[in-house]
Amino acid sequence: MRALWTIFRRDLVLLVQGAPGRGGAALPLLFFLAVAMLYPFAVGPDARLLARTGAGVIWVAALLAAILPLDRLVEPDLEAGFFDQWALRGISEELLMLLRILAHWLSFGVPLMLAAPLAAGLLGLDGAQLWTVELGLLLGTPGLAAIGVTIAALTAGLRAGAALGGLLAIPLAVPLLIFGAGSLQPSGEGGLLLLAASSIAALAIAPFAAAGAIRAGRE
Amino acid sequence: MQPCRLAARDLACRRGDRLLFKGVGFELQSGGALQLAGPNGIGKSSLMRILAGLLRPYAGQVEHDGLRALSDERPALDAHRPLGEALDFWRRIDRAGEARADFGLQDLLDVPVRFLSTGQRKRAALARLAASGAQIWLLDEPLNGLDKHWSTAVQAAIEAHRAQGGIAVIASHQPLQLQALRAVSLLDHMA
Repeated sequence: MRALWTIFRRDLVLLVQGAPGRGGAALPLLFFLAVAMLYPFAVGPDARLLARTGAGVIWVAALLAAILPLDRLVEPDLEAGFFDQWALRGISEELLMLLRILAHWLSFGVPLMLAAPLAAGLLGLDGAQLWTVELGLLLGTPGLAAIGVTIAALTAGLRAGAALGGLLAIPLAVPLLIFGAGSLQPSGEGGLLLLAASSIAALAIAPFAAAGAIRAGRE
Repeated sequence: MQPCRLAARDLACRRGDRLLFKGVGFELQSGGALQLAGPNGIGKSSLMRILAGLLRPYAGQVEHDGLRALSDERPALDAHRPLGEALDFWRRIDRAGEARADFGLQDLLDVPVRFLSTGQRKRAALARLAASGAQIWLLDEPLNGLDKHWSTAVQAAIEAHRAQGGIAVIASHQPLQLQALRAVSLLDHMA
């Protein structure tokens, strides 16, 4: 138990603070805000148009921000031999991956939720819409984190891992995007429920898929 | 230290569609040491990973009583962290006592791991292994990058570990000065 706590703390510090060559939690966050800031420049200052499309932009930005740190989620530790050393100590890969999903979520999902009011202001969303966006991010980002860690484990060690990871993660994240952005439509209350369901499904599968990928990579 | 045992029976290893070796077998009891020899690419590191349980053998099996620890070319220490913190991470996970051998790292504990030389990094990896409290040491090229002084010191540490009842398996193409050292040459087991 204490070993797991030690590992989780290291995961979290590495993902939040970053390390040379790893970048921290600031990068996805700045990316997210940059998209929210650029969008009004691109489509013009029509407040009605911005308010109607803004929430969708927030979701696209969140998805892309989740993909940014993919190449440093698993690869550096695999490369440095950490996973082998944990395996020698009998620590299950499933647990390690669950911890990493949690750390990844804390390092990108929570900052995005904190930045969402700012993005909502830039895009001219009203209070009710912001509330729905926040709720959607709370339900959806754990799923994004789960998909991210799974893809990172699958592509770790591959030569074009980073680019491939992005391409693989996007289709898997499409349901989260559809339900997340859809929950903002006037009749979209069911969207949040479906969002939560897809998020839970991703969370349930991810630790096992990612652990299997790590083990298969040893062969 | 608890008595320990490591036995390999009729091990074979396949990488890709190439059979690297077959029929490798040995048994080590507490205090035993074995050197795996053979030229580059013959499968020493693969055999080490099989003995560590990280790689499935193509045939045969490995039996072990006691904890195993592996030191290979990847030190599993955070490159950007000071050496002391990087080692403490594993010490907290292993919850073993203070290491008996510190491999002359006392003065380097404040230095980030990425600034260490090859030999210093090797000694750091060995210190991590020694501090783990595992009985069965699996050492893949432990003397690589070490100068004469530290090469002797590391072998002394292996002897001390054996005297306490531990087992050491060493993959190395350098001659080792260890008491009652058994040897397996993978050249004899080429497929």
